[in-house]
Amino acid sequence: MAEAHPVGFQWVMEAKARGATVIHVDPRFTRTSALADTFVPLRVGTDIAFLGGVINYVLQNGLDFREYVVAYTNAAVIVSDDYQDTEDLDGLFSGFDPATRTYDPASWQYAGRDSAQDGDDQDHVVQRETASALQHETHGIGVESDPPRDETLQHPRCVYQILKRHFARYTPELVSQTCGVSTEAFLEVARAFTENSGRDRTTALVYSVGWTQHSVGVQYIRTGAILQLLLGNMGRPGGGIMALRGHASIQGSTDIPTLFNLLPGYLPMPTAGVDDSLDDWLDGISHPGSKGYWANARAYGVNLLKAYWGDAATAENDFCFDYLPRITGDHGTYRTVLDMIDGKVKGYFLLGQNPAVGSAHGKAQRLGMANLDFLVVRDLFEIESATFWKNSPEVETGEIVPQECRTEVFLMPAASHVEKEGTFTQTQRMLQWREKAVEPPGDCRSELWFFYHLGRLIRERLAGSTAERDRPLLDLAWDYPMLGDTDDPDAEAVLMEINGYDVATRRPLSSFTEMKADGSTLGGCWIYTGVFADGVNQAARRTPGSEQSYVAPEWGWAWPANRRTLYNRASADPQGRPWSERKAYVWWDASRGAAGEWTGHDVPDFEVTKPPSYRAPAGSDGVEAIEGVDPFIMQGDGKGSLFVPKGLIDGPLPTHYEPVESPFRNPIHGQQANPTRKEYSRPANRLNPSPPEPHAEVFPYVFTTSRLTEHHTAGGMSRYVGRLAELQPEMFVEVSPELAAERGLQNGGWCHVVTARAAVEGRVLVTDRLSPLRVEGRVIHQVWLPYHWGTGGMVTGDSANDLFGISLDPNVLIQESKAGTCDVLPGRRPTGRDLLAFVEGYQRRSGVHDDHARPIVTVGPGAQAPDDGDETPDPAGGT
Amino acid sequence: MGIGDGLSRTFLSWPVVRQVTGADPLGRGPAARSAHTDGLTARTETADRVARSVCPYCAVGCGQLVYVKDEQVVQIEGDPDSPVSRGRLCPKGSASKNLVTSPLRQTTVRYRAPFGTEWEDLELDVAMEMIADRVVKARDDTWQELDDDKTVRRTLGIASLGGATLDNEENYLIKKLFTAMGAIQIENQARI
Amino acid sequence: MAGKHSLFGPVDPAADAGYGEDHPPRMGFFTDTSICIGCKACEVACKEWNDVPATHFDMLGSSYDNSLSLNANQWRHVAFIEQAKPLGEQESGLRRQAVDLGMPGMAPPDGASAAHAGQDDDAGRPDFRWLMSSDVCKHCTHAACLDVCPTGSLFRTEFGTVVVQDDICNGCGYCVPACPYGVIERRKGPEGAKNVGIAQKCTLCYDRLGAGSTPACAQACPTQSIQFGDVDELRERADARLAQLHEAGTTDARLYGHDPEDGVGGAGAFFLLLDEPEVYGLPPDPVVTTKDLPHMFNRAGVAALTLLAGAALSFLGRRR
Repeated sequence: MAEAHPVGFQWVMEAKARGATVIHVDPRFTRTSALADTFVPLRVGTDIAFLGGVINYVLQNGLDFREYVVAYTNAAVIVSDDYQDTEDLDGLFSGFDPATRTYDPASWQYAGRDSAQDGDDQDHVVQRETASALQHETHGIGVESDPPRDETLQHPRCVYQILKRHFARYTPELVSQTCGVSTEAFLEVARAFTENSGRDRTTALVYSVGWTQHSVGVQYIRTGAILQLLLGNMGRPGGGIMALRGHASIQGSTDIPTLFNLLPGYLPMPTAGVDDSLDDWLDGISHPGSKGYWANARAYGVNLLKAYWGDAATAENDFCFDYLPRITGDHGTYRTVLDMIDGKVKGYFLLGQNPAVGSAHGKAQRLGMANLDFLVVRDLFEIESATFWKNSPEVETGEIVPQECRTEVFLMPAASHVEKEGTFTQTQRMLQWREKAVEPPGDCRSELWFFYHLGRLIRERLAGSTAERDRPLLDLAWDYPMLGDTDDPDAEAVLMEINGYDVATRRPLSSFTEMKADGSTLGGCWIYTGVFADGVNQAARRTPGSEQSYVAPEWGWAWPANRRTLYNRASADPQGRPWSERKAYVWWDASRGAAGEWTGHDVPDFEVTKPPSYRAPAGSDGVEAIEGVDPFIMQGDGKGSLFVPKGLIDGPLPTHYEPVESPFRNPIHGQQANPTRKEYSRPANRLNPSPPEPHAEVFPYVFTTSRLTEHHTAGGMSRYVGRLAELQPEMFVEVSPELAAERGLQNGGWCHVVTARAAVEGRVLVTDRLSPLRVEGRVIHQVWLPYHWGTGGMVTGDSANDLFGISLDPNVLIQESKAGTCDVLPGRRPTGRDLLAFVEGYQRRSGVHDDHARPIVTVGPGAQAPDDGDETPDPAGGT
Repeated sequence: MGIGDGLSRTFLSWPVVRQVTGADPLGRGPAARSAHTDGLTARTETADRVARSVCPYCAVGCGQLVYVKDEQVVQIEGDPDSPVSRGRLCPKGSASKNLVTSPLRQTTVRYRAPFGTEWEDLELDVAMEMIADRVVKARDDTWQELDDDKTVRRTLGIASLGGATLDNEENYLIKKLFTAMGAIQIENQARI
Repeated sequence: MAGKHSLFGPVDPAADAGYGEDHPPRMGFFTDTSICIGCKACEVACKEWNDVPATHFDMLGSSYDNSLSLNANQWRHVAFIEQAKPLGEQESGLRRQAVDLGMPGMAPPDGASAAHAGQDDDAGRPDFRWLMSSDVCKHCTHAACLDVCPTGSLFRTEFGTVVVQDDICNGCGYCVPACPYGVIERRKGPEGAKNVGIAQKCTLCYDRLGAGSTPACAQACPTQSIQFGDVDELRERADARLAQLHEAGTTDARLYGHDPEDGVGGAGAFFLLLDEPEVYGLPPDPVVTTKDLPHMFNRAGVAALTLLAGAALSFLGRRR
């Protein structure tokens, strides 16, 4: 956190000064570790084993916050007796189909559920292809609202007991063996975590892409969520699980997504054959019969369609629902890049993004870009993704020949953050409005300008068209006030459309509860409704922090409804009283209003007048079905999910799988790695062998990557800035003194790191901050690389992301780029054609050359069968 | 103080003269001050205006104050009012002025023709027209009405990546336009 | 005690330099290195405000330090020291994680995977800590650079700080060897670039102080490792912080430059360090090089300066 979010780290330092214990668990000793009380190095890719150990410690010692757990989680819910655990099936859950490598989740359901309703609305093949977990993340799980329960938590099939059995083998000894962590270090963490949780104290978990960029990334975070729910740390001040996001508005770009499977406000892109009508689409979101605010999905969906197509969207035409294009599977960025290599994609827009350096498998990225009709790069600088045709590593090896590369490239200069106005949504879901300071120089323009005028020019070209396919463009509500000499669309007008307003009066909506499903209101992103409450740009509010409470509700605006802590009803006990005075946050005050109200330091994340004693009428659903003791108001049962009966592709509980590339056999299960992962197996995307396959020893070391304080991601905003470039001017590789001795590496000298994809070189930094670990009885060396360099900018170097292949978490299609295996050699790497031969030599020696495909399922029926890894039906495309 | 006020750099303002005539006989304090020194003012004081902004790097969302003089950014520093950052910035945030005023900024359109070996210049409006032409053509060439027998009404020929460093308003228009166009491979760093 | 206009001992430097009684309190930095996260925001914020060029683009291979030292283009410099020592009560996790690699001097593998070396102090690695510290001009109470400056370019401000006047400096360089810390330096670079040949160093953001603002480095510092304020108050704060750290078991914490009785009459920018000053590249017992200047002027005249310069250079060995 000190490395990548230094200013956020001030709060950790302040907590430490006030007595907090800071524990840092990381493969390498960083600037965060330097200031921590305890540093615990662990083997890359073993976080589930480590956290699972803490969960086991909690459950074996009865340290869970029992009143919270019984009232607010699904611990008491009884699960179908068809359910079989990874403990029963050597690393697989019940319902696994080795042919498709997906699960039928029918057996994971709560007991007593009608089998006709079992499973999900879509099968899990489709769900994986469409990264559906990203939708479930906010849709909540569509479970029935009133499953059978055992409040004593003794029923052998209640979630609590299933959890206890599932994690029983995650003993301190197993953690030590798997993670390379000493048992006393592990126990110190477990004790600190539990002693600092409960009525009077809370513990926060902070994670970043060190957790997400894994083939089991979603389950890493799930493990954290289980632990936080067991300890009663959710919805409470000082608790929670916080994603420290790495780009100024990456939260905003998920809320108002530029993602293939989502529409604004986490509404799903409709899937062909599933969401055939407006009703099908909306029912799939609202889960009739479930509790919670997704029951109002019709209003959210209709308001979005009205915002898109304005007057053309009417009740008679289902508000132009058919204008939405349909997805049919995986259209994610990695799939798309492979399609580029295959010649299926004609045009590509890069908007402040530098995949030639920043995405996994850099060579695939660059070869994809070299096989387009046209590429539009919008950036502040001449980044590598704009110059792949003249100075990429593939030009050096002859794989890209400029005179033979047909891609037409437009490098369009972009306006900087001070040259345009608008909102960023930061990591706590808070929108902050930026004022425009100056006009952009020369031809620099904002994305707002670019896309508005591109849309205008396209619409001009299609004007008069009678083709049905052009109606969505011609009917588009594309009319915004223009500002200044350059005709910039008024960002505040766009924000007003996002917020929503009454169509007839143009009165801005103050809350998404004002949204109507009849077309009389419109709003582009329901969760952002309220950012223009009372007609005021709430994101521009700047009441100084020193003049308000620590919650600071009058600085910017947080979705939803300016709530700063989600699910904060859980900060009070079932009767509505604070769990303790020390941790009072939101509580029920019977003396307020007509018959009592929720109040507190934050905006209550609950109906303000619904008392703790409220019980839902039989047969109710939606908001009415949320009882006074259901804090998790977006979940289908109102409870926190210790066990997830639906919505996850790879299982209802997290379990330890090895990274796809690992030198070790899975010590817990016969199933080596995530069996449901997405893997695009092709000669250009060979993955290093791992046990039980032979030849893993060709790549004996583990490597991981991360950021340096001095640079920003792929370097597009730091390597071109002198005052940052000079601070870390060269690509380097950190190794322990022990590995340096083993491989003959000299501090300050050169080395190169090799995988089945690439070899990259860097200067050697020998440091005690990396330590060999003892894992499963043998010593393992870990290597660390920053990934900020490329061929452009004031300081250049090889790109660490070139080392990674493409294998993805099945839930969200995020790549595993925090764990891999490699070899490390002294000196500089070969160049030109020699480099290709060098890497190919490693492929041959490790047996992953040519058409070799490796097994993915390593246990049970179908084990060890070669798997092409890519069961995505070839999109028919128009090509 | 003030001894040097209004004096040009003549013999009379020589430190030695002030030294022997003032309270600073060793010439280390007031007597040594030059007119330039006496005229020093922080450029945050003389700015024409201050814009309240937010750091463009990570997602902590630190408040920034952007000082503008003669339509140029002359300083970017932390906003002490921000309850998030309390006026502090990391090295990247502190380098924001360097970022926006970097001489390496691309300020004109660069164009690389198919099979070209060098960049060429292109007028902005010409580039916009060319891009619009290419989008319309790619869309027409790759339009897909059905996938098997299911209606899809889309193009798989146009893709996009980016948005995590952009404004919400921008992402909104990007998604709106691409969706209306039928382009669905619209992605950003959140998937990475 | 030192007398009026003294060159040694505790004084109020602004009053000593002839500012009247209404001059503002002495301002300075207290840099608490125990909470420095080595982010280098201070280096960048300084360069941005003071328009100091970025000129050094080579990796040094010395932990995360690529800025080398304080110099004409580096008015703040963050040192990174990786040490085989424990940090107070911190559990570095690296010693007890150490594993036997079968190297000479290490015990043979015990085979029991869970039995880590942490239980055995004789095996494995030594402990580890990573120190970071942001260095800066000390703004000495008795500033030799100022005392030897023949043009009056270097002067004492009403805040008690020491500042170069770019418009006066003729680049003679006398100040360079006079500084016992090796801080001040003439800027090298292409002819015509800003202030080339002119002595350059931290001004404690004199222009910002005049506007009532905090110096750029302290304003940016994310963890308040760099604290700016009234020197008297900062000294109290430093004493309190030192006591707190000692109580918490960080017994090697110490203050550096805060003592008005030291060789420079106390620094306006002083530090809390976690090891000997030499470890951070700081002279252990700096003495103002002009301490005996009046006496020597009488005896040997200006020639003495040359000798002093030579003596001062001997302090700088590690830093050059």
